[in-house]
Amino acid sequence: MTRPAQTRPKESIRGAQRGASRGDTGTHPGVDIDAMLDDPTTEIIVCCGSGGVGKTTTAAALALRAAERGRSVCVLTIDPARRLAQSMGLVELDNTPRPVTDVDTSAGGSLDAMMLDMKRTFDEVVEAHASPEKAQQILQNPFYVALSSSFAGTQEYMAMERLGQLHAEGRWDLIVVDTPPSRSALDFLDAPERLSSLLDGRFIRLLLAPAKGPARFLTAGFGVVTAALSKILGAQILSDMQTFVAAFDTLFGGFRQRAEATYALLQAEGTAFLVVAAPEDAAMREAAFFVERLEGDAMPLAALVVNRVHDERAGGISAADAESAAPRLAHGGDTDRITADLLRVHAERMRVAAREQRVRRRFAAAHRNVASVTVPALPSDVHDLEGLRTVGRHLADEPTTV
Amino acid sequence: MAPSSTPLHIVTGKGGTGKTTVAGALAIALASGGRRVLLCEVEGRQEIARLFDVPPLPYEERRINAAGRDGGQVYALAVDAEEALLEYLAMYYRLGRAGKALDKFGVIDFATTIAPGVRDVLLTGKVYEAARRRENGPESPFVYDAVVVDAPPTGRIARFLGVNDDVAGLAKVGPIKNQSTSIMAMMRSPQTKVHLVTLLEEMPVQETLDGIAELRAEGLPVGHVLVNMVRPALVSEATRTALEHGTVDTAEVSVSLASVSLAPDAADLLVDAGIAHVQRQDLQNDQAQTLRASVDDVLDLPLVSDGVDLGALFELADALEPVVNR
Repeated sequence: MTRPAQTRPKESIRGAQRGASRGDTGTHPGVDIDAMLDDPTTEIIVCCGSGGVGKTTTAAALALRAAERGRSVCVLTIDPARRLAQSMGLVELDNTPRPVTDVDTSAGGSLDAMMLDMKRTFDEVVEAHASPEKAQQILQNPFYVALSSSFAGTQEYMAMERLGQLHAEGRWDLIVVDTPPSRSALDFLDAPERLSSLLDGRFIRLLLAPAKGPARFLTAGFGVVTAALSKILGAQILSDMQTFVAAFDTLFGGFRQRAEATYALLQAEGTAFLVVAAPEDAAMREAAFFVERLEGDAMPLAALVVNRVHDERAGGISAADAESAAPRLAHGGDTDRITADLLRVHAERMRVAAREQRVRRRFAAAHRNVASVTVPALPSDVHDLEGLRTVGRHLADEPTTV
Repeated sequence: MAPSSTPLHIVTGKGGTGKTTVAGALAIALASGGRRVLLCEVEGRQEIARLFDVPPLPYEERRINAAGRDGGQVYALAVDAEEALLEYLAMYYRLGRAGKALDKFGVIDFATTIAPGVRDVLLTGKVYEAARRRENGPESPFVYDAVVVDAPPTGRIARFLGVNDDVAGLAKVGPIKNQSTSIMAMMRSPQTKVHLVTLLEEMPVQETLDGIAELRAEGLPVGHVLVNMVRPALVSEATRTALEHGTVDTAEVSVSLASVSLAPDAADLLVDAGIAHVQRQDLQNDQAQTLRASVDDVLDLPLVSDGVDLGALFELADALEPVVNR
């Protein structure tokens, strides 16, 4: 069990964290997060990054801070930790933004939060864009059931679909999105292109052809391909697939249009991307990849957020000095022995900080123009609004006085 | 009955827990003593090449010399879905010309990038093929003494391994049905073990427990929970108690520091850092208890500081002995 910490130590720990985020050694240019949150032309903030770097927490903290500074905000989360979700009132996955209680609304803002339900989003699209009869046909097709509920990849499409919908509703002046933890966390950027290539693919036309009438334009290749397909798949799966594609035909156009519109929305002025990382090799490498990809796609990158940065204040004692002094104190009186232990902790902390510095400097050298903010490693995970506020203050580089 | 596949170790873990590192170390450990092990990655990120500091891996089983010790041989393979599909078509259906025709018609592209799930089917299919491959003929020994997979993250693992169930459900008869049914049989056989890498932090531990529940629900065999980067306690019990009760006198610490010619001003900072260390240790202990309360096979792996190099991998491989010996 964690023992309740004393008041004085707690305060000084907070102080230490503040020092860590503010006493930055200038590896990157800074960024004014509050100005970004307050700017009425900022309509969408996208948090991306690899898994396990605190993306969801960052998104939630930014959304809460923006709301408490007076904006009307909706945060779209993909897969929040249970306790964080509960703290925002997200008890069930129902795909509908719900107001978060206990938000300070004195500045005139508000916060709604929702968790993405990819199957429901998909079903709703089908129901909204197909005749009831056709919708029924699609919803019951075994291919659709598998596609919409269990297969990987659908989440990215649906996250973008839902973002487009929320934005179109016009109920909020800022939407903060968390991105799915996919193999390539930027899969959502590829969704429109994949849909287009699917539509323009000859394979789809091939599958559609028998359902659409005389196959007179088909070449000799057709026979080979369908023969191969039924050999591999069996006739039943092929016919299920044809029914599915045929039923989906009219929908695909709409999907593509909206996906392309969402893509354009992401490139627009009102969008800001934050790449989230932790100060470790693998995470920073992924971050570099995201940054390059966003630049390549002309997506507006606002900053790099480095989470869980360890306190790097040395207090005038280097790791080496601490390490060589510790054994000399280890056999002294009570306080000497305590000091020896503290010096060991200090040496370890300095080594971790130096390693993190190295990783961050390497990134900064390769991406000179990318602004960054750091959030210190907190002693425990964030799972309440107060924790989110603390993260928000660090993001905005605001002195913490609590 | 003789097993129809070689031992298969699937390594998963939440992002940032070091699952690739652990998978690499496990391959080294399994190969020790003159055995031959295949290490596969399935996410196209070339993490294995980076881990062993070799050029990017092609779709080809390639020996990694640095990873072998005591006569062991580690082979690595970056499984690529498109290549796997073409290979699969050529191998099982002898589709020479038709395979090419499928490619021309965009079927390969459709299957591997657009049709969701197919990718996972192909990736697991390749692992299945490698784990069952024999030297020559049905009764001969397996080509590999073990296969290790650096698998997708914990949140996706049950779905990834169970994808063939979905396919078997879609295709009611035919060769696809047979293939996916036998892949699932292998995944659920006693030859297979799914290991979960975690850190002693709240979210990774929660995800690990959720992942185990999902794996069990799918009937997939859970192996070890591998606790990576366990941070050692750096302070004695006495120091810990003093820090917890706030009885450390910073003025006295200053005197102590001065006695070994260190900056006395640093006392406040040192005490704060000490308290933070103790809090983190407490948190770590809480998480270790939570984990051990619901899982039997938990193995601690040491924290390798200053980055993962080959020496660190061998060190981790030694720590993984209990996984090898099961």
